[in-house]
Amino acid sequence: MPPPISAAEIADEALVEGSSLWKDAWSRLRKNRLAVGSLFTFIFIVLFCIVGPWISPWEANTQDLFLGATGPSAQHWFGTDTLGRDLMVRVMYGGRISLLVGLVATLVALSIGVIYGATAGYVGGRTDSAMMRFVDLLYAIPFTIFVILLMVAFGRSLWLMFVAIGAVEWLSMARIVRSGVIGLKKQEFVEAAVSLGYSHRRIILRHLIPNVLGPVIVIATLTVPAVMLLEAFLSFLGLGVQPPDASWGVLINEGQQNMEIYPWLLIWPAAFFATTLFCLNFIGDGLRDALDPKSAKD
Amino acid sequence: MPLLDVNDLTTHFHTRDGVVRAVDGVSFHLDRGETLGIVGESGSGKSVTCYSLLRLIPEPPGRIERGTAMFDGQDLLQMSPAELRRIRGRRISMIFQDPMTSLNPFLRISTQLIEALQTHQDISNKDALKKATAALEEVGIPEASKRVTGYPHEFSGGMRQRVMIAMALITEPDLLIADEPTTALDVTVQAQILDIIKQRQNDLGTAVILVTHDLGVVAGTCDRVLVMYGGQEMESGTAEQIFYAPRHPYTRALQKTIPSLQTKGQELYTIPGLPPDASKPATGCAFFPRCPYPKNRDPMGERPDLVDLGEGHCWAACGYCDSSAPIESVLAKADEAIVDPLPVEVETAR
Repeated sequence: MPPPISAAEIADEALVEGSSLWKDAWSRLRKNRLAVGSLFTFIFIVLFCIVGPWISPWEANTQDLFLGATGPSAQHWFGTDTLGRDLMVRVMYGGRISLLVGLVATLVALSIGVIYGATAGYVGGRTDSAMMRFVDLLYAIPFTIFVILLMVAFGRSLWLMFVAIGAVEWLSMARIVRSGVIGLKKQEFVEAAVSLGYSHRRIILRHLIPNVLGPVIVIATLTVPAVMLLEAFLSFLGLGVQPPDASWGVLINEGQQNMEIYPWLLIWPAAFFATTLFCLNFIGDGLRDALDPKSAKD
Repeated sequence: MPLLDVNDLTTHFHTRDGVVRAVDGVSFHLDRGETLGIVGESGSGKSVTCYSLLRLIPEPPGRIERGTAMFDGQDLLQMSPAELRRIRGRRISMIFQDPMTSLNPFLRISTQLIEALQTHQDISNKDALKKATAALEEVGIPEASKRVTGYPHEFSGGMRQRVMIAMALITEPDLLIADEPTTALDVTVQAQILDIIKQRQNDLGTAVILVTHDLGVVAGTCDRVLVMYGGQEMESGTAEQIFYAPRHPYTRALQKTIPSLQTKGQELYTIPGLPPDASKPATGCAFFPRCPYPKNRDPMGERPDLVDLGEGHCWAACGYCDSSAPIESVLAKADEAIVDPLPVEVETAR
C-alpha cells in the first residue's frame, strides 16, 4: 500500500502547468548534442543575417564597378561580386529572404495541412474522400504553370511566392497527418475521450494532433529546405526574387555562372545554404526523438 | 424507477456484405448501485450493446434501428450530440478492454485525469490535481503523488486499468460501463481490478454494467445477469437464478463449459458448432442450430417470447426443444444428434 501522503502536501510541488509535453521534450532535446549544436549554429546564422547588415559598413546594392570581383580581403571579408558589391552583406540579405520564405511558407503549409488532414482523417467517410480528392486535384496541377499563372494574374511579389509555395507544400503535410490520424482514431484512447464527453474539436486538437506531431515536425524541417530550394528555382526562372534583391538561391545561381574564375561567389552562399539545411535536418531529427516519450533511452 | 431501462435495443451494421444484426431487440434494466453482468461468447453483441448506450457505434456503418434506453428519465438514443456530451463522462463512464491503448500516450496521467474532471466541472487546476492524486490513491496506485505526473508508458497494464477506473470514476458518475475490463490482464491482476471496481462502487453508489465472457467473474461480482447469444437475450435474472436454476439451454450449456465445475480428468465440454452468422436474417432462436436439446419442430419459426418465470427471472422460451430435462442426460444423448454448425463465422464488428 502507498505511504500515507496527503494529496494536499504534494499538490504545490507537482502542479503541472500547461504544455508539459514541450517541457519534457526540451529536457530530452538538451541531451542531444548534435541537435543542440545545430540549433546554436542555426540561431547564429539567423542572427548573422538579421543583425549583420546593421553593423556592416557596406550596402548590399551599392556597386563599385571599378573594383569588380575581388577575393576575400580585410575590407570585404567574403570578397565582392562582379559588380563590386560586398558579398558578405549580400549573403546576409539573401539569408533574410531565404529564411523568411522557408519559415513562413512552411508555417503556412503546416497549419493548413495539419488542420485539413486531421479533420479529414477524423471525420472519415465521404467527407474524407471528398477532401482528399481535392488534395489529389491540387497535386495534379503542374507547379510551374500554377506559379506562372499566379504571377501573370497578380504580378510578382514576395507574398505571392509564400502563397504559391504554401499552396503546394501543405498537400503532403495533409496526407501524412490524415494517415496518422486514421491510424490513431481506432485506438481506444480516442474512444475513451469520446466516452468522457470531450468535443470533437478538443479530441482533434488535444489528443490527435500532438500524437502525429513527431512525423509532422520531421516533415516540417524537411519542408523548410525544400521550400528554400523551390524559391531558388523560381528565382532562377525569373519568377522569384528579383535583382538587385538577393536570396541564397539567387546568389548561388550568380555564383555558379562565374565559378571557374571567382569561386568564392559560389562558395560563400552555398556554404551558408548547406549549413542551414544540415542544421534544420539535425534539429528535426532531435525534435522527433525528443517529442516521443517512448523513445527516452534512459 | 430504474436508473437505466433499455427496451428493444436493436443495432445493425450495414456493411457491403449485408446487414449484420449485432444486437437484435435486447431489453434490460438496472437500478442505482446495482451490478448487471452481460455474458455471452465473442460476437454475441455484448460490447455493441454497451457502445450503443453511449452512442459510440461508428455511424455509418452502424445504426441503432429502434428501441429506447431511458436513463434517469431521458432517452439516451434520442439525445442530441451536445446533450450526450453532458452525459458521457459525467453521468455515465466507460472502461475499455485494452488498458494499453486506452490512455493517450502523449499526455501525462495528471493531465488526462484533470481534463476528465475539468470538462464536466468548474474546478481550478490545483484542486483538480489534488482530486486526481486522491483518485489514484483510491484505486491503489502506490506513491500516487509521484506517479500522477508520469506518462502511460511508465505504467503496467494492471496499473493503467486502475488509472482508467480512476479516470472513469473521478466525476462520480451514476453508471459505469465496464467492457471486459479484465480480459487483457493476467489472472492475478484480474481479481484486483474487480475488487477495485467493487470497492469504488460501494463507496460511490455507482451502478455497474460488467461485460464479460468469464462466468466466474459474473458469479463473484454481479447482482443480476443477462445472457446474450447472437445479439438476442437468452435469459436474465439474479445471479442465483442464473447459476442455480438456469432455464435456457444456452445458459445451461455455458455453465457446463466452466472448467472448474467439471470432474477432474474429464475432457472439457465445449458447445458444438460456431457462433451464428449475424449477417443472416435470424429466424427463431439464435441458438437453435447449436442447441443440444432434442428438437421437436422446424427452426423456421417465430422468435421465442421472453417468458417471466417470476422474481425477475426471464428466459427466451424456446418452443422448439424440450428444455426441462437436466443437461447431463441431454448431453449423454447429444453425441448421437450432433447438429451441423453453421458454415460461416463472422466476427461481429464492434
